[in-house]
Amino acid sequence: MSLFSFLNRRNTAPMARERLQVLLAHERATVGHSDLVGLLREEILAVIAKHVQIDGEKVNVTMERGENVSTLEVDIEIPVTASVRAA
Amino acid sequence: MAKVIVVTSGKGGVGKTTSTAALGAALAQRGEKTVVVDFDVGLRNLDLVMGAERRVVYDLINVVQGDAKLSQALIRDKRLETLHLLPASQTRDKDNLTAEGVEKVIDELRKSFDWIICDSPAGIERGATLAMRHADIAVVVTNPEVSSVRDSDRIIGLLDAKTKKAEDGERIEKHLLLTRYDPNRAEHGDMLKVDDVLEILSIPLLGIIPESMDVLRASNLGAPVTLNDTNCAPALAYRDAARRLAGEQVAMTIPGERRGFINKLFGRRAA
Repeated sequence: MSLFSFLNRRNTAPMARERLQVLLAHERATVGHSDLVGLLREEILAVIAKHVQIDGEKVNVTMERGENVSTLEVDIEIPVTASVRAA
Repeated sequence: MAKVIVVTSGKGGVGKTTSTAALGAALAQRGEKTVVVDFDVGLRNLDLVMGAERRVVYDLINVVQGDAKLSQALIRDKRLETLHLLPASQTRDKDNLTAEGVEKVIDELRKSFDWIICDSPAGIERGATLAMRHADIAVVVTNPEVSSVRDSDRIIGLLDAKTKKAEDGERIEKHLLLTRYDPNRAEHGDMLKVDDVLEILSIPLLGIIPESMDVLRASNLGAPVTLNDTNCAPALAYRDAARRLAGEQVAMTIPGERRGFINKLFGRRAA
């Protein structure tokens, strides 16, 4: 530890405050009615599964909750050999 | 008219039981008849903090189930004759606590007490929802720390949805009691400040209890901190909070704010 490390030690309280504000904005919106992003995730996967056989291990869903917008990223590997199911 | 208060938090270990005992004793010291009720079935501790652990004969569940009369289960404090304790059961299952049973007990307590203070268990399960069910006023105990603030936010949501008052379309009075506050750490930016927590939770402030050795000392001895050393910083803060509950206007002091230059020079006196 450098002698001057205390000089660039950042305060942690502002970080705590910011994280809480973002988190609670989401939790307040989701408690009671269902979580929109969670619902979308389930339904999107269900729709795709209707047409292609999905390997559970090849599905990668990430969610990023931001202050103003959230992003849902669904990454599914569909093999060339996958058979198309009749809809 | 009797007032029912629930002391709640969601998160465990933030000071619900300490605050229940301290506020209860402070209200009783004003000469108002006060009962503190432990809702933490299976993990009772209010008896211990109040120093009455060896005097428990009957408990809340005995009364709910009709095995004992309320008057048999109430334990009168040896220091203050206006202060009473209704202990929780240590051995029974918490499923024995029913909504109807609790309502009956609270209604009966309302007849003979000015203040009924319910010490909620941690969590958001049955015990916690039953403890808040009949409250007129909620005291939300929060530490200036992220997990505690998050859980308090959740509890505030439950208070607005699951209490009798909320269901009847009335507003339940909610107050924030900030405990274990360390003004030095907040000043140095290492702890959420009072205003940060107030802005996030947006409920009125009832009091700020400084982090202090006196709280542990009092519980070691089995005395509410407001009775043990009546002039220590947490006792003064709890007494002010109790006066605000009783409707008095008391200026809010943030612990540490009045520290003068000399104090700053000579030490980091723990609140």
